[in-house]
Amino acid sequence: MTLDKLKIGSSAIIKSVGGEGALRRRFLDMGLTPKTTVTMFKAAPMGDPVELHLRGYSLTIRLEDAKNIEVVEIKQ
Amino acid sequence: MIFALIGNQNCGKTTLFNQLTGSSQHVGNFPGVTVEKKEGTILRHKDASVVDLPGIYSLSPYTAEEVVTRDFLLDGGVDAVINIVDATNIERNLYLTLQLIELQLPMVIALNMMDEVRSAGTYIDIDKLSEALDVPVVPVSASKNEGVSELITVLSDIGKTGKRPRKTDFCEGPVHTAIHSVAHLVEENARKTGVPLRFAATKVVDGDKYMIQRLALNDSQLDIVGHIVDEMESALKTDREAALADMRYDYIEKLCSSFVRKHGDGETKEQKRSAKMDTVLTSKYFGIPIFLGIMFLIFWLTFGVIGTPLSDLLASGIDALSKLCEEAMTSWGVNAAVKSLVINGIFVGVGSVLSFLPIIITLFFFLSILEDSGYMARIAFIMDKLLRKIGLSGRSFVPMLIGFGCSVPAIMSARTLSSTRDRRMTILLVPFMSCSAKLPIYALFTAVFFPDNAPFVMICLYVGGIIMGILSALIFKNTVFRGKPVPFVMELPAYRFPSAKNVILHMWEKAKDFLVKAFTIIFVANIVIWFLQSFDTGFNLVQGQDSMLASIGRFVSVVFRPLGFGDWRAATALITGLSAKETVISTLAILTGSASASQPLLQTVFVSTASVVSFLTFTLLYMPCVASFSAMRREMGKTRYAVYAMCYYTTLAWIVAFIVYRIALLF
Repeated sequence: MTLDKLKIGSSAIIKSVGGEGALRRRFLDMGLTPKTTVTMFKAAPMGDPVELHLRGYSLTIRLEDAKNIEVVEIKQ
Repeated sequence: MIFALIGNQNCGKTTLFNQLTGSSQHVGNFPGVTVEKKEGTILRHKDASVVDLPGIYSLSPYTAEEVVTRDFLLDGGVDAVINIVDATNIERNLYLTLQLIELQLPMVIALNMMDEVRSAGTYIDIDKLSEALDVPVVPVSASKNEGVSELITVLSDIGKTGKRPRKTDFCEGPVHTAIHSVAHLVEENARKTGVPLRFAATKVVDGDKYMIQRLALNDSQLDIVGHIVDEMESALKTDREAALADMRYDYIEKLCSSFVRKHGDGETKEQKRSAKMDTVLTSKYFGIPIFLGIMFLIFWLTFGVIGTPLSDLLASGIDALSKLCEEAMTSWGVNAAVKSLVINGIFVGVGSVLSFLPIIITLFFFLSILEDSGYMARIAFIMDKLLRKIGLSGRSFVPMLIGFGCSVPAIMSARTLSSTRDRRMTILLVPFMSCSAKLPIYALFTAVFFPDNAPFVMICLYVGGIIMGILSALIFKNTVFRGKPVPFVMELPAYRFPSAKNVILHMWEKAKDFLVKAFTIIFVANIVIWFLQSFDTGFNLVQGQDSMLASIGRFVSVVFRPLGFGDWRAATALITGLSAKETVISTLAILTGSASASQPLLQTVFVSTASVVSFLTFTLLYMPCVASFSAMRREMGKTRYAVYAMCYYTTLAWIVAFIVYRIALLF
């Protein structure tokens, strides 16, 4: 599945980071690298962007951009 | 000695910079780009200066800030690097550190926010970390001024010995092989072009076009690099960019698992508190109302409670001084032209510059609190969806909102936007938000011509401005600002209490910036308008309708004839409006021979309702005042851009007023 489909409160492990150019590089630089665990924390009042938790900090990205990130959900 | 201060955004960099330099700082721009460059002298070390570089997360070649930082580090004559690392967020912060080490410059790591880490029960083995990276690590708490003097001691040691980090190898496996092979290949090129070898090799593996060009690699070298990278990519089953990022984070994870011992989940009190605060501040139902409430409060305090009375106080002070001078000059029998220059030229000019000051200071007081507390990032989070449609991100919302108060601080506040494209586009949109100086014009006209529908006309004007702003944004997005906007991938920092020192220094900086740089242009513009208003073409001192300005007004009025307000007095008023919009009213009062400065005899100038509507439309949209022009020129980096902008506004105003007039005539 892709990261934008991850439900709020769920966690997942990143499989691959797609996209290109500045956006992809930015993802990688901010620590969204394969094998990293991310948690979908909340959505903004208008439903988009979303707040993620990873590597001990909070990051916000747009749902449209999150489609580029392949993840595997961690089942509780 | 020159130290470069580098770190991620929100890591307390400004706070540390302020602690290191006190108030001995000045702000400029890096040559050729509108990236802010702050410099200061280290306290009690007169020969050591610190350059505060933009907050960045990486040395990728994608943003102006990152490129400026790279160039400055490679060619700026830097003696040593101070890398500030947020200890509460150590994993992501060390990512930049690993790239900085490759530059092989003498370096010190300031491990900031240690107070928060300690109180969370987390233990960081600083000696081991320092040993592993071969870089001195100094624990500090910049906001409490702890560890800063130790940092200065280590800095001056490093400055003297010039010790460079010896260890640069943080990789293993295929990435290691690739970097080392490329390093052998480009060794000669790197030496000749003065680029640190390890940095050059990594960047070539990364595919950085600038570095490949700078190293002047020949075709056979490029061919070999291609093979090396192909081999690495196929061994790792990923591409070069991901491979490098992965390599760095892998190493950092290993470092942290050995030297950082977290207590519980490792979250600090501040992070826990932030999550709690955000359940209200960015919640689905309360997020937007709270944001609008905060903005309303700031607005009301700035333009109503604090700013305006202060401005009025300043104005009455200047008035009193001006009266005193006038009396003195009259009693000395000073020539009338000189007297007019001093009273109507100089005093009015200085007064108009100073009248902005209280508003700028008050507004930046609140804005720096919003920024330092971490709420500004939440505003971007909340409002992003709305602004994305016009090609901007949530951060642009605040400058535009301030535009309803005054364009000058609004344009200045756009500096916090991290990308040049977003900053310029936001600045261009600010004047579409009707500023408070236009309000008296609307109020007077609606009271005189539309007494029954005043609120409706007023709302139409404000909304009309916003609509034209949105349309312009869509035009800009598809023309001048084509290309991809900077990705919106933003950290939400923990909420922190803003420090008084930071806030005060920020206010002072903005006030100084405005006074020093805006003074000349606003002052000169006022003197020119005074001159044109006071003399006729034979250079005789005259009043009102015989002045040069009136002649120009008569000349220009031809342009306004198709818009339905061809009367020369309307044209003249619009020209004087360039010094400050509210003068449109007082000019009309003088020219219509009205007894009261605030009640011009408008009916004599405007013949029909359609021409009034057209005039108001033009006033809403035409070029902003000289103060805004000067702010725009400064923040956009080139005079040319500001001039283009003025032409755009005025042309747009004419076209829209023409259309509105033609439509209004139908009714």
